[in-house]
Amino acid sequence: MRKSRKLNRGVAVVGVGMSNFGAFPGMSSRDLFVDAFKEMRTSVDKGFDPKEIEAFYLGNFSGDLFEGQAHQAPMLADWVGLSPIPAARLEGACASASVAFREGLLGIASGMYDMVMVGGVEKMTDLHISKVTDALATAADITYEVSAGFTFPGFYASMASAYMHQYGATPETFMRVGIKNHENGALNKKAQFGARIPDLMEAKKTKALQKGKPIPTWKDEIEFLSDDRANPLIAWPMRLFDCSPVSDGGVALLLVSEEIAHQFSDDPIYVIGSGSASAGALHSRPSLTSIPSAKLAAQNAYEMANVTAKDIDLAEVHDCFTIAEIIATEDLGFFDAGKGGIAAEEGLTSRQGPQPINTSGGLKSKGHPVGASGAGQIVEIWKQLRGQAGERQLDKSPRLGLTHNVGGTGQTCNVHIFERR
Amino acid sequence: MNDKKFSSSSYFQTIQDKKIIGSKCVDCGAVHLPPREICATCLSENMEEVSFSGKGELAAYSVIYVPPTAMIEAGFGRDNPNVAGIVKLVEGPMISAQIVGLDTKNPAEIKIGTPLKATFVERGDRVFLAFEA
Ligand SMILES: [Zn+2]
Repeated sequence: MRKSRKLNRGVAVVGVGMSNFGAFPGMSSRDLFVDAFKEMRTSVDKGFDPKEIEAFYLGNFSGDLFEGQAHQAPMLADWVGLSPIPAARLEGACASASVAFREGLLGIASGMYDMVMVGGVEKMTDLHISKVTDALATAADITYEVSAGFTFPGFYASMASAYMHQYGATPETFMRVGIKNHENGALNKKAQFGARIPDLMEAKKTKALQKGKPIPTWKDEIEFLSDDRANPLIAWPMRLFDCSPVSDGGVALLLVSEEIAHQFSDDPIYVIGSGSASAGALHSRPSLTSIPSAKLAAQNAYEMANVTAKDIDLAEVHDCFTIAEIIATEDLGFFDAGKGGIAAEEGLTSRQGPQPINTSGGLKSKGHPVGASGAGQIVEIWKQLRGQAGERQLDKSPRLGLTHNVGGTGQTCNVHIFERR
Repeated sequence: MNDKKFSSSSYFQTIQDKKIIGSKCVDCGAVHLPPREICATCLSENMEEVSFSGKGELAAYSVIYVPPTAMIEAGFGRDNPNVAGIVKLVEGPMISAQIVGLDTKNPAEIKIGTPLKATFVERGDRVFLAFEA
């Protein structure tokens, strides 16, 4: 039974750190997380003693399959000098870090702890790409979904096929999301593919010229993205540039109770809404163009925060595939059902638009180390709300930010709302 | 092997026998495929067998050029993509299945709503439920 609930006491994020996202041969999850932890330490305005951290919650999807290493929470706690505090790994596929974040939030809100660390880490690029596809597929129902020949790009591509049929979208609709996220990611030094699509096109032309090969003559980004050679199909209608990359990365966040937030921070960012929901296999749901757990998690988060979609200044949403961002912006209530694609085409979700989405570059451009991605979204919101997002900083002094983190095709979804006071 | 009536092993055993057997809730009438022991609608445990006709229509699909390992082993890949789809059965439930007999050269021409009927495909030493146009 769904009941509207409030947190027992307020919680604030007073420190954030993240490693670069990308492919880093020779770096383990441990190394990535240490980078994140070091940056988190320096991000706390007034400093803090890490020995005051009382518990650690780590999001990690599958160190087991990606690195042959399970049980990383106590290992990483030890590696940053925090043993013997309680340390637990939380798994919710690509939503693992937001599952961990919610547990950390509840740990403080319940009164059990005053200060906790939430992390996320994934090291995906050591494994051969075919094995990565299989490892990611374990986030779906292996028995009843994957046995049909589905991959993750395939699931989202199927949602895209239903979306195109229902609302008249075209592959170009999806491409607009990728172009926009690359524009944003180009301003993020930590992004894995931080290059604008037009710059990638120029680079390819230059390379062809140097090699003495015919120089491609794409007239615009859409023609480039529709070129089977430049942008191969992965799972029709999703092409390579519709898919987030395989990534390595780590994130660390410091949470404290509201009462003590100003001891550590000049400008704490408060967590005012948290919603979480689950769902069965994609085929078991009434709609294939919406994710029910996302709608419910959003509704719960909005109710807790006592705000509506209209109040949200910016959002980091789970764009594991371009279609996913469009569906997310509808499920979150930013646009009506079927209108998210048009909104993307019209630039409403760009940094200059009325509803900026994925100013960080999103998973698409920034990278998608699955167990860390949900925490990475919080890093961006924290920086934007504090006016510290550098070149990609929104002009309008945002006050409310939202994160939307999906596991699988929506078997898990967590939505969080953040406020600058 | 367990002897549960409505389990993944019972389901795949019926598929090996080229039959499609789900479960029907005696209390609320909801039908489930794959079969469930507990009704997802009313939570009743009072379930009976129900046979599916194998008729349905295409609700969503993708032509997959980078397949999972099991499909690569069955000969699929970039030059011979597999089609994975979600099929809405005439009895109500939707199910994930391989779709065969479609023209994968023109994925955009495949129509949502295409009528489908069940077929059974062998991969490795197992039989899987698939659908064909
Ligand atoms: Zn029932």
